[in-house]
Amino acid sequence: MRRMPVLLIILILGYVFLYGPILSLIVYSFNASKLVTVWSGFSTKWYAALLQNDALLEAAGLSVKIAAVVASLSVLLGTLAAIVLVRYKKSRGTRNLAMLVTAPMVMPEVIIGLSLLLLFIAMEDLIGWPKGRGQLTIILAHTTFAMAYVTLIVQSRLAHMDPSLEEVAEDLGARPATVFFAITLPLIAPALLAGWLLAFTLSLDDLVVANFVSGPGATTLPMVVYSSVRLGVSPEINALATLIVVFVSVAVCVSGFVLHRQEKRREAEQ
Amino acid sequence: MIHAFTSKWVKPKHAIIAAPWLWLSVFFVLPFVFVLKISFSEALLAQPPYDTIIRDIDEGLITLKINLGTYLLLFEDSLYLEALLGSLKVATISTLLCLLIGYPMAYGIASAPKAWRLPLLMLIILPFWTSFLIRIYAWIGLLKANGLINTLLLKIGIIDQPLTILYTNTAVYIGIVYNYLPFLILPLYATLVRLDRTLLEAAADLGCRPWRQFTSITLPQSMPGVLAGCMLVFIPVMGEFVIPDLLGGPDTLMLGKLMWMEFFNNKDWPLASALAVILLIVLVVPFMLMRHFEAKAAEELA
Repeated sequence: MRRMPVLLIILILGYVFLYGPILSLIVYSFNASKLVTVWSGFSTKWYAALLQNDALLEAAGLSVKIAAVVASLSVLLGTLAAIVLVRYKKSRGTRNLAMLVTAPMVMPEVIIGLSLLLLFIAMEDLIGWPKGRGQLTIILAHTTFAMAYVTLIVQSRLAHMDPSLEEVAEDLGARPATVFFAITLPLIAPALLAGWLLAFTLSLDDLVVANFVSGPGATTLPMVVYSSVRLGVSPEINALATLIVVFVSVAVCVSGFVLHRQEKRREAEQ
Repeated sequence: MIHAFTSKWVKPKHAIIAAPWLWLSVFFVLPFVFVLKISFSEALLAQPPYDTIIRDIDEGLITLKINLGTYLLLFEDSLYLEALLGSLKVATISTLLCLLIGYPMAYGIASAPKAWRLPLLMLIILPFWTSFLIRIYAWIGLLKANGLINTLLLKIGIIDQPLTILYTNTAVYIGIVYNYLPFLILPLYATLVRLDRTLLEAAADLGCRPWRQFTSITLPQSMPGVLAGCMLVFIPVMGEFVIPDLLGGPDTLMLGKLMWMEFFNNKDWPLASALAVILLIVLVVPFMLMRHFEAKAAEELA
């Protein structure tokens, strides 16, 4: 990079492009005026307004609840899929599963949303489950695309794992279940955590699929944000955005630090 | 290892294999059957409560005659062809723009000192973890007629009339590139960072200039990453709804947006389903290509 200052300039411009809009949101969340372009003094009144917006808080609570269930289910299913993909590589079924697991990641959300809604209606018609649409259908839909990302993360961790530890445990007479819970699981734990967090954010952030498969009773945070953005500028959104950015930055920094330390430890061991 | 699994642990093994299979079959593959079914139904029949599949099979001949109508409509009305071409155009241009910005960035990160790479990469992913709706909302504030960009340009004196950017295709491109850039940078970085640097050194020793080094060594070696990244942008953008809806204007015509409107505004479920089928057919080829390039990239990394 020292030889190419051009690259450095491009990188700096790139990061300005990525962070400029977010920084402007943060700055204007402390603006006393309702207008984005007029600065009329420092104020935290939009944060106060945010805390009094019941519809938004309720939606946020529901979104967090759904995201936690989705993340846990996705980690369970995604880990199973990853185990199949890494351990039973040779069968043709595994290759088909590899294809099937990645497909939801690139499938446009409108198609996933529409097709799942039609499925849920047909299922209710034929077997009476799931009754109506709401939290449950959102959880089922989100898990379907979130598990794909978990599979990818866990799969790469499993593939790079040293198999000798498992083999030693097996040679010493440990049963497969013991081997899994005592050896494999602790070794892939960081990947499970990363997958859980990613699935959580994916669910928390989804508007399109949730809008298709939710009923009148279940309104998630993105749905509330979407309608208020469509209606026009509301400075409360700036405050909400700032809180999200702060929360995410802290979470990413902490997990980044943990990963970095593990990486160093692994390097030291080798 | 595998032997131990098969001999001692037959039943749990089957459960492990069956669970993800079953879930994806029921909640990912099966839904497309219903999309296909509804796309062949008549508008009123398709809305709940609608006929069971069995009755439809009984009246198969009659329904088939009526139902091809939805697809015929798609070919008759030029709106749908325009939306398809619009989606293709927007997806192609935004993919190229992402590549133009993302390649130098990925290259820059990959050639940064080793200790810098992880933090720099984290900084690429960080915006992706914040809400995408809020990131689009940020651009509305920047691009509006009285927004930050126009105010700045007016104050500096570069323009004396505010530019109309919001609610045009330009705003859509900005929004898409902003949101999808990480999807291109990450796979590209993965191939660039594993590049065989000795080849570059050899070329340099033989008197090859930096630009030649790039075009004859770096670029060809990074092609799998380039193609995988491009597909990761191109395919989802084809069905994008939120960005054209919030940043685009009435002349921004895309399949995803049209599908959403037919479904929620016009309540025409068969038409929305038929559009989904068309979009799926258009996307199957890029998806297959992507799998091919991904497999190739994985092979080269191994």
